[in-house]
Amino acid sequence: MNLAYLLDILSWILMTAGGFFVFVGGVGALRMPDLYTRMHAASVTDTVGPMLVVAGLLLQSGLSLPSVKLLGILFFLLLTGPTASNALASAALLAGKNPEYARRMDEPADGEKAE
Amino acid sequence: MTVVFSMFLLTLLLITAIAVVHAGNLFVAVMLSGIFSLLLALNFFLLDAADVALTEAAVGAGISTVLFLGALSLTTDREKSPSPHRLLSLAIVAVTTLAVIMGTLDKPSFGDPEAPVQVHVAPWYLETTREAIQIPNVVTAVLSSFRGYDTLGEVFVVFTAGIGVLFLIGRHSGTKPQDIGPPHGEPSGLRHYLIPRLIGRMLVPFIMLFGLYVQFHGEYGPGGGFQAGAIIAASIILYALLEGEKRALQVLPRSVLVGMISGGALLYSAVGVAGMLMGGNFLDYSVLLDDPVKGQQIGIILIEAGVGITVTGVLLSIFHAFAARGRF
Repeated sequence: MNLAYLLDILSWILMTAGGFFVFVGGVGALRMPDLYTRMHAASVTDTVGPMLVVAGLLLQSGLSLPSVKLLGILFFLLLTGPTASNALASAALLAGKNPEYARRMDEPADGEKAE
Repeated sequence: MTVVFSMFLLTLLLITAIAVVHAGNLFVAVMLSGIFSLLLALNFFLLDAADVALTEAAVGAGISTVLFLGALSLTTDREKSPSPHRLLSLAIVAVTTLAVIMGTLDKPSFGDPEAPVQVHVAPWYLETTREAIQIPNVVTAVLSSFRGYDTLGEVFVVFTAGIGVLFLIGRHSGTKPQDIGPPHGEPSGLRHYLIPRLIGRMLVPFIMLFGLYVQFHGEYGPGGGFQAGAIIAASIILYALLEGEKRALQVLPRSVLVGMISGGALLYSAVGVAGMLMGGNFLDYSVLLDDPVKGQQIGIILIEAGVGITVTGVLLSIFHAFAARGRF
C-alpha cells in the first residue's frame, strides 16, 4: 500500500519532469536565434522528454505487456528522433545555412536578425 | 478530462487549418497539413475511433505528405497570386459555411445516447458480431462483412484513383524514367548521408513487420487492409528515399505493382462471387465454409488481404509515377 503510493508519486514526478523538458524544448525552438540552436533545443523533446515520461509510465504499468510496448516505443523514439535531427542539420548545412551565425549573435546587443 | 483534451486539440486543429491557408510557401503548407492530419488522428483516438485514427495518421500524415512533396518537386513551392474573384469566392465560402452550420443544428448533441446512430443499427451490429462472426473488433466486422459492399466500393475508388494517376503521369507520357535522375556512378537517394541511411535501413523491416501485424491483427485490434497497405507502402517509400528509386523498383517492379492494384480488387470481388457460386448472396461469407462463423472469418481475412494489396499497389505506383518524373 505504502510502496504503491510511493511509486505513484515517483512516476508523477518523472512524468512532470518529462513534460517540463518537452515544454523547454518548445520554448527553445521558438526563442533561439538560428536554425541550429533551435534544433539543439527542440531535440530535447525527442530524447530526455520521452525518456522521463516513459519511465514514469513504466512505474505505473509495472511488469506487464504494456511495459514492453512502452520500451519498444521509447527505443524507436530514441532511434528516430536524433536521426531526424541529424538529417535536418546536414540538409541545412548542404543548403548553405551558416552555423557561424549563432556565434556572431553574441556581438550585436539587440536580438534582431542581422543576416 | 477528455472534453478538455478534445477542445485543446480542436483549437490547435483550427489554428493549423488557418496557417495552412495563410502559408504562401507551399512547402510550409504541406508540412502544416501533415501536422493537421496528426492532430485529427489524435482527435479520432480521443473519440475511441482507433481504426480511423490509424488510417489518418498513416495516410494523411505519412503518405500524402510524401506525395505532396513529390508533386511540389515537379512544380514550384510558391503559391500563385490570388485570383481577382476574391469577393465571389468569399461569398461562396460564407454561404457554404452557413449552410453547413445550419445542417449541424439538427444533429443530436455530442455523445447523446438517444442519437439515431446509437439506437438504429449499431446495437444489432454489436450483438450479431458476437454471435455470427465472433471477432473482438466490431469495426472490422462492420467494415468487411455487414457493409462489405461499401468497402468494395472504397477499394474500387482507390483502384480508380491509382489508374487515373497512372494515366495522367504514368511512365509512357513524358520522358523515359531511365533518362532522369543522377548520372551513372553518382549515388542516388540518401546514400551520402551515412546516419539516416543506416538507421532507415534498420527500420524498414520493422515497419514492414508492423504493417503485416496491422493487416492480420485487424480482427482483434485496430487495423486492417487500408492501414496496413499504407504502412507497407511507407516502408518501401522509405527504402526508395534512402537507396534511390531504382533500387526500390528492383524490389517491386512496375509490372508487379500494376498486378497488385488489379489483383487486390479482383481478390475482393472473387470472394464475393465465390459466395454467390456456393449458394449465398454476393459478399456473403457464411457459405464459404461448412461452419458459417469460420466462413465469415476466412472471408474477412481474404477481403482484408485484397484491400491491403490494392492500397499498397496504388500508393507505390503513385509514388513511382511522381518519382520517375522529377528528381526525388
